[in-house]
Amino acid sequence: MKTINVKKPAGYTTSIGPAHPALKEPVMFALGLEGERIVKCDFVPGMAHRGIEWMGMRRNCIQVVYLAERICGLCGITHALSFCRAIEQIAQLQVSNRAHYIRTLVGEIERIHSHLLWAGVQAHELGFDSAFYYSLRIRENIMDLLEFLTGNRVHYAMIQIGGVRRDIVPDQFARIEASLRFYEDAFDRLSAIFLEDTTVQMRCRDCGVLTRKQALTLCPVGPTARASGIRKDVRVDTPYAAYADLDIAPVMPDQFTGETRGDVYDRIVVRLLEIKQSIRIIRDCLAHIPDGDLLAIPKPAVLLAKLKAAEGEAVGRHEAPRGEVMHYVRLTAGQEEPTAWKVKASSYSNYMSWIPMMEGDQVADIPVIAASIDPCISCTDRVALVRGTDRQIWTKDDLHRLSVEKTRRIQASISAGGNES
Amino acid sequence: MSLSLLLLVIGGTLAMTLFGILGGLAFSGIDRVLAARMQSRIGPPLRQPFLDMLKLMLKQNIVPANAIPWLFNGAPLIALASAITILLYIPMSSLQWFPLLGLHGDLILIMYLLILPALAMVVGGLSSGSPYATIGAQREMVTMIAYELPFAVTVITFAWKLVQADVAHPFSLATLAATPIWTLVGPVGGVGLLLLLVAMLLVAPGELGRIPFDAPEAETEIAGGLLVEYSGRNLALFYLSLAVKTIVVTALIVALFFPWNLSDWFGAGHPLLAGAADAVFFLLKLELVMFVAITLVRISVARFRINQIVDIYWKNVGAISLLGLILVMADAYIL
Repeated sequence: MKTINVKKPAGYTTSIGPAHPALKEPVMFALGLEGERIVKCDFVPGMAHRGIEWMGMRRNCIQVVYLAERICGLCGITHALSFCRAIEQIAQLQVSNRAHYIRTLVGEIERIHSHLLWAGVQAHELGFDSAFYYSLRIRENIMDLLEFLTGNRVHYAMIQIGGVRRDIVPDQFARIEASLRFYEDAFDRLSAIFLEDTTVQMRCRDCGVLTRKQALTLCPVGPTARASGIRKDVRVDTPYAAYADLDIAPVMPDQFTGETRGDVYDRIVVRLLEIKQSIRIIRDCLAHIPDGDLLAIPKPAVLLAKLKAAEGEAVGRHEAPRGEVMHYVRLTAGQEEPTAWKVKASSYSNYMSWIPMMEGDQVADIPVIAASIDPCISCTDRVALVRGTDRQIWTKDDLHRLSVEKTRRIQASISAGGNES
Repeated sequence: MSLSLLLLVIGGTLAMTLFGILGGLAFSGIDRVLAARMQSRIGPPLRQPFLDMLKLMLKQNIVPANAIPWLFNGAPLIALASAITILLYIPMSSLQWFPLLGLHGDLILIMYLLILPALAMVVGGLSSGSPYATIGAQREMVTMIAYELPFAVTVITFAWKLVQADVAHPFSLATLAATPIWTLVGPVGGVGLLLLLVAMLLVAPGELGRIPFDAPEAETEIAGGLLVEYSGRNLALFYLSLAVKTIVVTALIVALFFPWNLSDWFGAGHPLLAGAADAVFFLLKLELVMFVAITLVRISVARFRINQIVDIYWKNVGAISLLGLILVMADAYIL
């Protein structure tokens, strides 16, 4: 489909964003247009940096768990779980099987929640407001369920280093099952709206194509990668929590359509089928949940003391609704706060795939394509240096040089026994 | 120009302005409530469009620095004025005065006048100096070219049929109102007319820039497109012109396809009473057409791309209307 000679200068240039109704969060697309056709596309992030990592390196690890939840409004479990998994590796804490199952269970509820919200946004970008209202209305049920299980509708405060903070008891199973049945019914309607509607297909088929080859080059994660035909899912590739016990496989678009095109429609297929998969996983968890303690070290003071003595570095990963999330943490013995904390949210890996998706498509496709990777910009954004009106673009070599310098600086400060700042 | 005609024009214009604005806003309120109920929302109160207008009128009217002020400010006025003018040619009741200027204009004039509000929006958008408005203006022009084909075919079919049936003033809307087209054709022609009705019902949302044919304004794509720089009074005028145009387009469909009056069936009592009853019946017909052509369509589909809009109007809707034309002609000659 894309027969555009990129080297040819574009007819005119314009930008979408950073404040634009198509974008729920600030990011900017710089576009070279020829009529309606996008000849050249680049995106300019750097509008929503919040300095959360900086804040995290100034408080103790238990406090960071709650801070990590607030990286994203939607992925409360995701970031807390990734952070806790990193800390647990460093401090060698043994999480009980029951806690593993509860983590899996709330994680999958969160996935359903996230995909429903995304479905609403995608429908709104398509101009299909009925589907938007429907998705957001049925999303209420899962928020009620989350409130019932964790006490909160957002920022669940469920995950703790070494386990979970709240139990899920058999009395609650009926309520969970009721929600699952509600979503099984709703799934039929959702798939009728998104997968069978002619107008949705007209807009999403062969729009925003990311070929398998491009995907292998750009390394997207989660549904974006799977829709391009890459079998990649942290839950399956390196099982954690209870996923090793469960029978799951990555959801691929060809399971539904019989082919993989890597377009917006395929990404819709993957996310909707994942809702169904999550329902099944939650059922499995409920059926097989073992007995055990909730927390490895129940007393926060004892836990803090142990963490203060811990030394080392680790990476915690989790398959978030949008794809792999990674937390790198380094602890130094005798120091409460992490020496280093680096968060790689899933959208960070998916950003670059916007460019091949958009080039060659139309202006009308921009919001549809932008929403199709389910971007979470405030989770992801990095700092941009602005001096006066100049924006500096740092090349790969610059960044490599800077990270080498920073590593040297950290090494020096660690050997000197002080804090890096 | 005789004095009575002058009075008719002045009085009629004032009355139609009042009717167009109040009626248009009321219908848009009904549209919003019905759409909300079908999306299982409560929706705004019926008077919400009036409140919106009031608020916009009170708001600051910003003219962008790189706009052309007289064009930018003039466009909304032209849009509203041309939309109201069309109302003067629409038969609304069996009363002898309707359509108010029936003797001085016909369907061809209405086709031209209908282009004016859209053209005014294009001019306003282009003169506002915003790239989004420019994209919107280009899309609006393409959309206009697209929906004119089935629209023109429908008008030609009607005129041809009336000429063929030897009716005086075949293009006049008063004639159309007096001679329901369905009475002139046999069953095959009836099917042809039904196809034309379908085509016209699909032209209506395009003509009014509603989903799925709202690419020129597409809120999530180009942030309101043509209207992106408009605010305050100017924006209110564009909204009013859209409300009036909604009445015009649906009234045209009613006049072409459903010209019957209550008084035709129940006999005329007092002419004023019958006229009033017909006027109410006319409003009901308007709402019915509006519901089918606009409210129902806009909640049940996604927005089209601009190339898809052209494809649909030229290939699909164009084919439907041409088939309708052929069937009506076949009905006259073969059967």
